[in-house]
Amino acid sequence: MIDALIIGDPGPFATIQDLGRHGYQRFGVPVSGAMDGRALRLANRLVGNDEAEAGIEFTLVGGRYEVAAERCRIAVIGDFDLSIDGKPAATCRAHDLERGALVTIGGSPRWVRGYLAVAGGFDVPLVLGSRSTHTRSRLGGIDGQTLRAGQLLNLRAPAPSGSPCMLPSRSLMPDDRPIRVIFGPQQDHFSDRAAGQFLTNTYQVNPRSDRMGYRLDGPPIAPLGDYNIVSDGIAPGSVQIAGNGRPILLLADRQSTGGYPKIATVISADLPRLAQFRPGQEVRFIAVSLDQAAAIADQARNAFNRLCDKIAPLPANRPGDAVPLGVNPISGVAAGAAGDGDYDGE
Amino acid sequence: MTIRSATAAPQPVCRFLPAGDTGLTVEFGDVIDEHLNRLVVTFDRQVRQADIPGVIETIPSYRSLLVLYEPQVIGAGALTDRLRALVPDHPDDQKDIRRWQIPVTYGGAYGMDLDFIAKSHDLTTGDVIALHSGALYRVYMIGFAPGFSYLGGLPAALRTPRRADPRLTTPAGSVSLGGEQAAVSSLELPSGWHMLGRTPVRTFDLRRDRPFLLDVGDLVRFVPVGAAEFERLDTLAASGEIVAEFEVTR
Repeated sequence: MIDALIIGDPGPFATIQDLGRHGYQRFGVPVSGAMDGRALRLANRLVGNDEAEAGIEFTLVGGRYEVAAERCRIAVIGDFDLSIDGKPAATCRAHDLERGALVTIGGSPRWVRGYLAVAGGFDVPLVLGSRSTHTRSRLGGIDGQTLRAGQLLNLRAPAPSGSPCMLPSRSLMPDDRPIRVIFGPQQDHFSDRAAGQFLTNTYQVNPRSDRMGYRLDGPPIAPLGDYNIVSDGIAPGSVQIAGNGRPILLLADRQSTGGYPKIATVISADLPRLAQFRPGQEVRFIAVSLDQAAAIADQARNAFNRLCDKIAPLPANRPGDAVPLGVNPISGVAAGAAGDGDYDGE
Repeated sequence: MTIRSATAAPQPVCRFLPAGDTGLTVEFGDVIDEHLNRLVVTFDRQVRQADIPGVIETIPSYRSLLVLYEPQVIGAGALTDRLRALVPDHPDDQKDIRRWQIPVTYGGAYGMDLDFIAKSHDLTTGDVIALHSGALYRVYMIGFAPGFSYLGGLPAALRTPRRADPRLTTPAGSVSLGGEQAAVSSLELPSGWHMLGRTPVRTFDLRRDRPFLLDVGDLVRFVPVGAAEFERLDTLAASGEIVAEFEVTR
């Protein structure tokens, strides 16, 4: 008998994602991969996987899954309403489940994208070195498409033995502070005044936003010359100014090349934060230098590593759901987390 | 966009532009120009051969190379220094260039804009086919979608602004033109370009050891074929065969 998770309901938009399909952008293949890479990596670590393993990325609501395996270890990252067999259960920890167990993942007050990881990973074919789904080009995942009710996700390995792990905090709250950018590569297509406007404007995430890009509503910005440039490569987080003068943030499923000028680029430490921005949510930008971005990336990496160091087996005598509220380990800004911040340095 | 004449070879002065903290754009110019593109291709080859620790991948385009890197392995300053030393003064001699012959069925259901293009330029459809298939194209860039190949070399007489109203979907294998560019597509895609014809050739097929047929720098000539030949070749291509031919010029 094949061990699997049966998809009862995948929620509004769920795909298989790992950390992306790198190395083929020169042939036009988008990277894709988890929008919130930190959250997927944490989910994988909680179930004992390599942190680059593929999991389920769901959007707004996680849906329902049934365990069709003797035993199976799962973890959900994100402050979503999780229940197992109808009983409330904690996210940010691993759960050992038996055949027939029903996992229901509801919504979240603040999270947009959550991750479900399973120990051993899903038996999804590697396509050009990755299991990530790119729905527009129908690559990876299950037939290159979103997950559908009734599908079986086969498991590659049985559940591990030993006590499941937990994070000593379930308070991994997204935040809405400004998104940090480095100006360029086409900053010189814009006047200083336009660049200044970009930083003082308040934008809203347009509902027509997805894994490829967030369209931002707000006052338009005019380039000095043409709205078109001779196409060139697009880095993750590129802020493209399209023909209507509104920015588009190019994210995980972005195309590899494009012909609009890119006024700025979101720094790597803030890309996972953007994954948790909702339609309608306000976005503001602040500029940092390359040196500042390097320092911020170091801090973010250190904060993430410290968080991972805190992952520990559940105490045998604890019911597991009563996890203490702690600092905000992902962004590290809560009181008492001095020096943990990935948000210093501007 | 403008095309410079082949004689006005620009100086290989390049700019290093930050594309965030994980990307560095090395820009050789801002126009569509064969000499510029050959500099990019030469530089790309040098960078890949140098195998610089921390460099994840490179994206060559018409006029620049985007180098994507891991900043915790190599900083922007150190990477710029390494790359600066690799910038070529002039393009490599073009050796071992692949010259592809790609079959195309023009017009009708295969190329719904052939009549429009002919009318816009006061040509017959036969003239358009003769011009389009008479030119030698160069693959300047692959982007937009897997295997989507941007070609330079469209005869000036066929340049046509893009459609004001892009189509939400166009067939895989479309042979199209937009502005001064030509293209071969690989998947069903939205497009504002004009569809001249279709090729049965799959420029992207995951079943092959080399899924991507064309590479930047390859040369392409289109060979008109009839609908019956298209269907025959399409059946072969559907079973995984490569139905384009190439020769290597030295």
